[in-house]
Amino acid sequence: MEAILFYLLAAVTLIGTLCAITARQAVRAIVYLVTSFFSLALIFYLLGAPLVAAFEVIIYAGAIMVLFLFVIMMLDLGHPEKMETPRLGDWWPALLLLAAILGSLVILAAGHPQAPNTGFVEVTVRQFSQALFQRYGVAVEIISMQLLFALVGALYLGRRR
Amino acid sequence: MTVPLYHVLILAAILFAMGLACTVAWRANVIMMLIGIEIMLNAVMLTFVGGSAQWGMADGQIFSLMLMALTSAEVSLALAMVVYLHRRKQSVNTDDFDSMKG
Repeated sequence: MEAILFYLLAAVTLIGTLCAITARQAVRAIVYLVTSFFSLALIFYLLGAPLVAAFEVIIYAGAIMVLFLFVIMMLDLGHPEKMETPRLGDWWPALLLLAAILGSLVILAAGHPQAPNTGFVEVTVRQFSQALFQRYGVAVEIISMQLLFALVGALYLGRRR
Repeated sequence: MTVPLYHVLILAAILFAMGLACTVAWRANVIMMLIGIEIMLNAVMLTFVGGSAQWGMADGQIFSLMLMALTSAEVSLALAMVVYLHRRKQSVNTDDFDSMKG
């Protein structure tokens, strides 16, 4: 049951991302990407990471994508005629890279027909929080400093002169 | 859940390849390049969470949390830069910012 759900969500994620990177308007790309991130959050939940799933919805779909949408609307980039879509000549290096990665994946998958099917171990929120604030306490402090510096930098770049 | 880790890694690899393709194909538009970077970072987070679930360690989830904080800092700075560039030349096309001829 959960395995079927995982493959369905994986398909939704891949299709949403594919629609996002081929969309002709930036706003549509953002909306497709939000769909993809929601299904990715459910995949995180299935993988036994409820906290990361919640943060994915709150921070990624809720804050970062809204920030993108805000900038697109503020700069008035929503019109499709203002945004230059890549020509076919722009796509071929990307398709070459995609083909190389997918080809190596297929070769790897053909080399290992039976993948070992071990169950996943769930990490509880208690374990997660203890590891975060005991073993990685310094990292939390450094991340908070980094967010402060990003705030100062964004204020500096965004001021009127 | 009884999905092999292998399939999670394949999904993450395909997502990463899509993000890379987005960044390379839309190299004329700054906003779509940033979206491609977001997709790539999400694929990396999926790899971390899959490894964390496989071995029952919390470290992978902690690193994905750090990655999220890093991404929010990066996106706020990058979008401030986009607003600044748009204020200077009224465009987000990278070809308009070639005055250094690099």
